[in-house]
Amino acid sequence: MSSNKDSIKKTLIVALSLCIVCSVVVSTAAVLLKPAQEINKTLDRKRNILAAAGMLEEGVSVEEQFEKVETRIVDLRSGKFTDEVDPERYDQRKASKDPARSTKLSVEQDLAKIKRRADLAEVYLVQNDQGGLDKLILPVHGYGLWSTLYGFLALESDLNTVAGLGFAEHGETPGLGGEVDNPSWKAKWPGKKVYREGDVEIGLIKGTVDPSSPKASWQVDGLSGATLTSKGVSNLVQYWLGKEGFQPFIENLKSGEA
Amino acid sequence: MSAMKETLVNPIFRNNPIALQILGICSALAVTTSMQVTVVMCIALTLVTAFSNFFISLIRNFIPSSIRIIVQMIIIASLVIVVDQVLKAYAYGISKQLSVFVGLIITNCIVMGRAEAYAMKNPPLPSFVDGVGNGLGYSVVLLAVAFFRELLGAGKLFGYEILPVVTEGGFYNPNGLMLLAPSAFFLIGLFIWALRSWDKSQVEEPDFKIANHVNVEEAAS
Repeated sequence: MSSNKDSIKKTLIVALSLCIVCSVVVSTAAVLLKPAQEINKTLDRKRNILAAAGMLEEGVSVEEQFEKVETRIVDLRSGKFTDEVDPERYDQRKASKDPARSTKLSVEQDLAKIKRRADLAEVYLVQNDQGGLDKLILPVHGYGLWSTLYGFLALESDLNTVAGLGFAEHGETPGLGGEVDNPSWKAKWPGKKVYREGDVEIGLIKGTVDPSSPKASWQVDGLSGATLTSKGVSNLVQYWLGKEGFQPFIENLKSGEA
Repeated sequence: MSAMKETLVNPIFRNNPIALQILGICSALAVTTSMQVTVVMCIALTLVTAFSNFFISLIRNFIPSSIRIIVQMIIIASLVIVVDQVLKAYAYGISKQLSVFVGLIITNCIVMGRAEAYAMKNPPLPSFVDGVGNGLGYSVVLLAVAFFRELLGAGKLFGYEILPVVTEGGFYNPNGLMLLAPSAFFLIGLFIWALRSWDKSQVEEPDFKIANHVNVEEAAS
């Protein structure tokens, strides 16, 4: 038996049949559980959007809270709203990989190191009780140290004050770059200003912000021990609020031409 | 039946995979900052160890020795992917916190170690029980470590506040070191110390003995 099971033929048969059985098991699990995972993903996305804007309340269903939020699609080339695609179905991440639906960025443009930018982007508008704009939530992403960070940046109704920043997905070092999830660091963002004389000024600095500095309201503390992640966050925020990102749209929205 | 019970209970204290065999330390450092995550990790690892032992033992007479490690890895990896998918579908929040560590169960030395040391030589049922036992042994250490890390590091247990921390108006000043990986080394070290004081048979013979000092004349003779 023992000499027999070690023959080349037996070895190949065992290897092959085991691979087939295991791949069937794994793919069955993946296919069967896909719908439940998708629901979780959408719910998680909505939760992250609300959390970034500081609107998430415990104990109230996420779906219910999300009713105040309107999802619209913006054409980043013109900076205007578009009805080209259904916001429910649009997958920006997929679109940014498709040459037909995205723009390649040159090295100078590509501050956030994302290589391609989707032409259409989702934005989330939060209405206040009078029907006016309360908050604008923008999806942002960019490269940190190890991974692409995906998150949401919320602006107040003046479109120049940060209402919050939160990352939904990243693979930075836990305890160092992973501290982008730290609530006390995230609490440093609300109230910061974005633009100064039409240019993006907001960014992370090394160490702690000196409150007496004239630039203090545009600066956020960097993460200690995570220089490259801090730089990445700084870059991605500057990119998405800049001319290649949402700035044209924000200006249109301000002047009521979006 | 008593032999079966031995197989189940022995790895918990007498032959603990972490404390005596020093296997599976990596995840013991990584996932023990909060009780909730730790419990899920323990359940996941126990299931994977038990079932991988079971399946490997089931086909142990057909596994060619030249590819046995690969065969074990394939079975373990498939089980881990299934566990990961189930967590993503039914415990999304926790699976996000565990992130890569569920996937890293594949490389957890306990799973491979038990497959190679026990399941390859024993029938399926005892192998399954051995997997559960070793999973429980791993869980005991992890839960103990997580208990102290979360309590002393964040003043909480399972996310509920036990010691109100200073920053939220309480009296407890949390020990930040407890949330970093080195604290798990200290805690596991203390755990091993306690265990070996209780069961002296686990104390190993020292590899080297320091010789007595001798004076020059004695050394020369």
